[in-house]
Amino acid sequence: MRKVVVIGESILSPLGATPQENFEAVCRGESALCRYEGMFGVKEPFVASLMDRTQWQVEGRTFFDAVMIEAARRAVEDAGIDPSSPRTAFVLSSIKGNIEHIDTQDVTLAVSARRLADAFGNPNAPVVVSNACISGLAALLQGRRMLIGGEFDHVVVVGAEVQSRFIVTGFQSLKALSEAPCKPFDAHRDGLNLGEAAAAVVLGFGDSGWELVDGAVRNDANHISGPSRTGEGSFKSLRYVLRNCTPDELAFVNVHGTSTLYNDEMEAIAIDRAGLLDVPVNALKGTFGHSMGAAGILESILSMHAVDAGLVLPTRGFSELGVSRAVKVSTEMGKTDKKAFIKLLSGFGGVNGALLFRKGGAAC
Amino acid sequence: MLTIKKYVYIPCGTDLTALYRAEVGDYPKFFKMDTACKLGFLLAERLAEEPRFTPREDRAVLMFSTCGSLCNDRHYEDSVREFPSPSLFVYTLPNIITGEIAIRNKFEGETSAYVLEWFDPETFVALVEQAFQDAVTESAVCGWVDARADDDFTAFAFLVERDGNGMEFNKETIYGTVNQ
Repeated sequence: MRKVVVIGESILSPLGATPQENFEAVCRGESALCRYEGMFGVKEPFVASLMDRTQWQVEGRTFFDAVMIEAARRAVEDAGIDPSSPRTAFVLSSIKGNIEHIDTQDVTLAVSARRLADAFGNPNAPVVVSNACISGLAALLQGRRMLIGGEFDHVVVVGAEVQSRFIVTGFQSLKALSEAPCKPFDAHRDGLNLGEAAAAVVLGFGDSGWELVDGAVRNDANHISGPSRTGEGSFKSLRYVLRNCTPDELAFVNVHGTSTLYNDEMEAIAIDRAGLLDVPVNALKGTFGHSMGAAGILESILSMHAVDAGLVLPTRGFSELGVSRAVKVSTEMGKTDKKAFIKLLSGFGGVNGALLFRKGGAAC
Repeated sequence: MLTIKKYVYIPCGTDLTALYRAEVGDYPKFFKMDTACKLGFLLAERLAEEPRFTPREDRAVLMFSTCGSLCNDRHYEDSVREFPSPSLFVYTLPNIITGEIAIRNKFEGETSAYVLEWFDPETFVALVEQAFQDAVTESAVCGWVDARADDDFTAFAFLVERDGNGMEFNKETIYGTVNQ
């Protein structure tokens, strides 16, 4: 089977407008998480990582559509592909899209996906993957599957999420937000922070570069908003991708690490069950917050950059292990000569996913 | 080759509570669900096979729509003006329908939710076929549940399997089946 590889990428976040800028900001330990009062008309203060809307404003477009299209444009340019080709497809990952305009516009993701395809004159039906917090990961897997399906040479996978009163009040109502910068896997973690970002990857066929080796999505079949106490879906997703590699090949597992009590504990259990306690674990939510539909793509790109630089990124916000299993959470910048990593995510609806990435030329 | 084992639908305007009482009756969580989830749940009940409720990883749940969770999003947005409702908020995700079906049936396989511009049989079939690239997946509940409003919806679903005895699952057969 031909290898599906990453041939283009982009990240727009509060920390930078390119993958490299974002990677360097992460290496410097920066974060854009800050406290907002009265933002979006939300009464209770919250901590989030928000983009500068004036920077990305485009006449005639919503903020969401503007960053979605701009992220795609940059990734397409990076890959040097023809986005209008019938052999190119677009996959959009988002959870709430234009929801902030629910009172005045058609905010369905189908409409945004149409705008995305139209912005590039692409003739194919755009596909939206909206699989809660694993959407970005599921969209990358979908892109891989579409290439293997044989109809396309390139798939542009775009993940975007912008914040709004709708989302912030929702997470507040669930008491899921921390009032301080979040602390993934930490003993004192008390909730997540929301984030905004747009990130895109162009997938194609190749023999070198970063291969998207395989991935799986599995359900806990347990609860719509509570993670499994046995890490069922995450464990099964990990088990699936571990058919294609051994733990000692892995530079790290980049986990979801939302910093809610139950998510991080669940991931720790799944990592233990999958036999990955010796593999470094890191999370980026303490840097970018939880950028929902963008997270899977954003975090995958930064993980690729880390391995390229021979680094295991630290977990910002973590200081003292607060899960029941001896997970090797990366506290400081580490070094690695390994060439593969797993991206792990989980979300509402009991859904979990894992992707295995491997740098081309590395042993199987 | 993928084949159709079963096809079910719920006509627009059906009283879902009455349908639940007539055909199910033993799952009170039904009453917490939004309209899209109720539809997905009832479709999956009609597709169910004995023995039931044994955990299985080989059956995927793949649900498609144009509106996603829009109908419930409006209910949640209305609640925000008074007091944001957590029980409405959890249904503002297009994939909760897949989770509800997985929980009820103990399907521990893949669950995915997709949004398409319209019910396009070609894309629908292609995405289902691609989901079967997962080596564990042997069958899938795949459906179109588009809840434009609580009383305005399109809802049908297929139980699709690898190499079964039924009709081939392709754009012609599903177009014919759905149009009937």
